[in-house]
Amino acid sequence: MTVISDAMTARDKNDIPSRIVPRSKYGTWIAGALVVLFVFLALRSAFANDNFAWPAFGRYLFSESILLGLVRTIELALIAMALSILAGMALAMMRQSSNRVLNAVAGTYIWLFRAVPLLVLLLLLYNLAALYPEISLSVPFGPILFTMETNTVITVAGAAIIGLALHESAYCAEIFRAGLVSVDHGQREAAEALGMSSWLMTRRIVLPQAMRAIVPPLTNQFVSVVKTTSIVSVISMPELLYSAQIIYARTYETIPLLLVVTFWYLVLTAVLTVAQHYVEKRFNRGRAGLSDYTARKLSRLTLEAGK
Amino acid sequence: MIDLAEKSTGVAAVEIRGVHKLYGSLHVLHEMDLVVAPGEVVCLIGPSGSGKSTLLRCINNLEKIQAGVIKVFGELIGYRRAGERLIETTKRETCRARQHVGMVFQQFNLFSHLTALQNLIEAPTRVQRLPREKATEYAKELLGKVGLADKHASYPAQLSGGQQQRVAIARALCMRPKLMLFDEPTSALDPELVGEVLDVLRDLANNEMTMMVVTHEIGFARQVADTVVFMDEGRIVEQGPAAQVLDSPRHERTKRFLERVS
Repeated sequence: MTVISDAMTARDKNDIPSRIVPRSKYGTWIAGALVVLFVFLALRSAFANDNFAWPAFGRYLFSESILLGLVRTIELALIAMALSILAGMALAMMRQSSNRVLNAVAGTYIWLFRAVPLLVLLLLLYNLAALYPEISLSVPFGPILFTMETNTVITVAGAAIIGLALHESAYCAEIFRAGLVSVDHGQREAAEALGMSSWLMTRRIVLPQAMRAIVPPLTNQFVSVVKTTSIVSVISMPELLYSAQIIYARTYETIPLLLVVTFWYLVLTAVLTVAQHYVEKRFNRGRAGLSDYTARKLSRLTLEAGK
Repeated sequence: MIDLAEKSTGVAAVEIRGVHKLYGSLHVLHEMDLVVAPGEVVCLIGPSGSGKSTLLRCINNLEKIQAGVIKVFGELIGYRRAGERLIETTKRETCRARQHVGMVFQQFNLFSHLTALQNLIEAPTRVQRLPREKATEYAKELLGKVGLADKHASYPAQLSGGQQQRVAIARALCMRPKLMLFDEPTSALDPELVGEVLDVLRDLANNEMTMMVVTHEIGFARQVADTVVFMDEGRIVEQGPAAQVLDSPRHERTKRFLERVS
């Protein structure tokens, strides 16, 4: 210490600057101000423009048929997603299987339903009766157990759910596969060496760890499904969008009703985003949102601080 | 100290006869013959790629063998005998047979989503169907033995490498194994952390546990091993009492290897 301060006094004191000035950020300020201005102008135009018809928006926001459509949208998304998760999981495990046939079947399924646009798939299912007028359950090459008309099985709702599930399960399968692959091979070996069966290992060791990699893209997929349900309006399924379309076909209040629909999709997505946060937290046990490296460094630091 | 090893008389702990292992056309183990007595500590040394780890993994059937036979306390793991042939058993039977062979890996392989205590009791409660309280009691005792009694609620990521490896050893011991296999247990550790893990191994050896250790720690082998096996290019070059193999090796290849590592 003394050596350094002695050396300082020996030198010219004026050599040391009196203040350090941070770099100026005029560019940031100007850009920020411009964005605020544009947002203000856009909002003003929206509220000053009578064509937006905000009173009509308020009138329909909680109207019965809109809320009914909203409930159908939620039901549709939940059922389709639940089926997709189950099918996706099975497909992902088939893809991991050493059985070539299972592997190829899963691969073909994923290729097929990712390739066919959902809109086309829905129209095909909706018109399935033209292809198979009757659906019957029978023993293969044996007697028929019972027969039904296709149109009683594949109703509008049925076609919507089946179409969405077929389409989304192909994507879910890839998400699950990525999750399973992300688990270190050593975890499987350790479980095997402890005498755990394949099923026990998958359920207790591999899946819980794979979930860390699965949950973020899966929630993303769920958000996407909620919005994709609007496509089923083409087969006259009265979900949120089609319910609004029915009204504005009669009243010509197109814009306010589409805004009502937009509003509800925004609410659904916001709710899911909050839910995602909590689900991710649950599956991040053991790393608490930190990378392994950071977590270890931190715990070592707290150890040393405790000494 | 409680006695962890189960004493049995007459039967060898591990009996390896004429074992060959191939990966496709790559011949990684040639005509292996090795007998380990109960309570014996065997260290396997040799250059990397010599087949030490593969041999260890064949013992608990993590790897399949293409010829020969391996018995652990007189029993086959992963196979059953039908006259002149060995027939692969179902996965379920293989799992049951290897319960009593503990294995410790170079990379620890602790279950990262479970705490130290949960790592220990997972297999005893799910595979051996031990009541939770009983398993927990024994697990805590074992964590105490490896000096980590206060770490039972920590996740692997919160532990140092040495601590993780000690938990991994306790996890294997929690299944009450008759034989412990160690696959380079200290190779992934910082030099300053090697000692704490070797202390645990030494302790186990003193308690008559039958152990097979693949290691590069020649000092440890000299101190603890009853038998040292030197392997090179998939063959056992020589085996014998630790002092003899390490201090006056018979083969030129062993001599050269020992000169390079020590």
